[in-house]
Amino acid sequence: MITLDCRGRRCPLPILELARHIADVDVGDTVVVEADDPAARPDVQAWCRMRGHTYVGEAPAPDGTPGFTVRREH
Amino acid sequence: MGAHLDAASGVALHPIAREAMLAAYDDGWADPDRLYGSARRARVLLDAARSAVAEVIGARPDEVSFAANGTQALHAAVLGTVAGNRGSAAHLVHSTVEHSAVLHAAQAHAASGGAVSAVGVDALARVDVEAFAAAVAAAAGPAVAALQAANHEVGTRQPLDAAAAAMPGVPLVVDATQTLAHDAVPGPWSVLAADARTWGGPTVGVLAVRTGTRWRSPYPADDREAGRIPGVPNLPAIVGAAAALRAVEVGRDVEAVRCAQLVDRIRAEVQRTVPDVEVLGDPVDRLPHLVTFSCLYVDGEALLGALDRRGFAVSSGSSCTSSTLEPSHVLVAMGALTSGNIRVSLHHGVGSADVDEFLTVLPGAVAEVRARLGADGL
Repeated sequence: MITLDCRGRRCPLPILELARHIADVDVGDTVVVEADDPAARPDVQAWCRMRGHTYVGEAPAPDGTPGFTVRREH
Repeated sequence: MGAHLDAASGVALHPIAREAMLAAYDDGWADPDRLYGSARRARVLLDAARSAVAEVIGARPDEVSFAANGTQALHAAVLGTVAGNRGSAAHLVHSTVEHSAVLHAAQAHAASGGAVSAVGVDALARVDVEAFAAAVAAAAGPAVAALQAANHEVGTRQPLDAAAAAMPGVPLVVDATQTLAHDAVPGPWSVLAADARTWGGPTVGVLAVRTGTRWRSPYPADDREAGRIPGVPNLPAIVGAAAALRAVEVGRDVEAVRCAQLVDRIRAEVQRTVPDVEVLGDPVDRLPHLVTFSCLYVDGEALLGALDRRGFAVSSGSSCTSSTLEPSHVLVAMGALTSGNIRVSLHHGVGSADVDEFLTVLPGAVAEVRARLGADGL
């Protein structure tokens, strides 16, 4: 699992980071996007749908920033 | 070169409205409630405007009042219906994709202790009638329902007839602000709000309250506009709004077919020529003139700028284009991609060649913005 720190970065930068780093993990492994932009929540889910990966869910980081977990599927 | 493709935000003043307004500035400046010659002439103009609007929306003239703008009409529609149904004891039920003016009115109701339920939508932005009726049936006090005729951001029509049939006797507030200029007038409503800017009128709102509907003004008492909207009405603007509505209504059905075909072409071509795009909303059961799509790896503000430089005015629900930096609540409620969002809305001034030109420049504009973000090959 890797974690991407996208605090302070406005959409679409968080999903660009996700796209750049999804191949850094093995198929079946997960990437967590920590992002405080309110558009990240719908956009990470939409990215998963458009790119064929799985949106696992959301859990806050220790500082309260939302973290969105994505599982690489291919 | 270029075109105004943001009819949903308002279109240029209709020439007939301008003519009517100029005449009304000369002949309708007096207070229509006074008892002298110039006041009586103003009263005649105001009555004629009210009758014209009433005829178009299928109402009686005494059911129609004029508001300062569409937002005020929506606020008064929601809050007046709540006030007429035991105020803070009323339970307001609305969809999650209503116009922000309805949502803000709902917040005001909640802040004064009222109950509010927001009913979700599917991926096309359409509300589920059973869920909506269930929320109404579960209301703790008198229920008030608020449902738009069609969504202002993605064009999807709401199942108004079915919703009204599923909750007989419940006052239904209908936001017709994007519908009246372009689509069939919604049938079932207890209270209706509309916005003259969408049909080539000046900034004027329409508030209609069906006889027998429990509605009470949410404002301090005033006897203007049947006690519904306080203050002396802006008569020249009202006369212009009514004249433009009549002019637009004459050709509305033909214009709707023309716009729907252009939107069909936009939906198909955007899908074909722009990589990684989601075209949103119902492809068939929708407003004829409006289409929205979202582009992956695109900054909405940058895309608006790139299109503006090419002469095209469009709007966006992306967070970076809103004053609050929040994405559009409609796109979030649908679960749609919010980045790189573009809403195109057509009107009588947009021709087939304008749409062709837009479709020609769009892929390049999207590619330019993506390249700037370093998104190539992702």
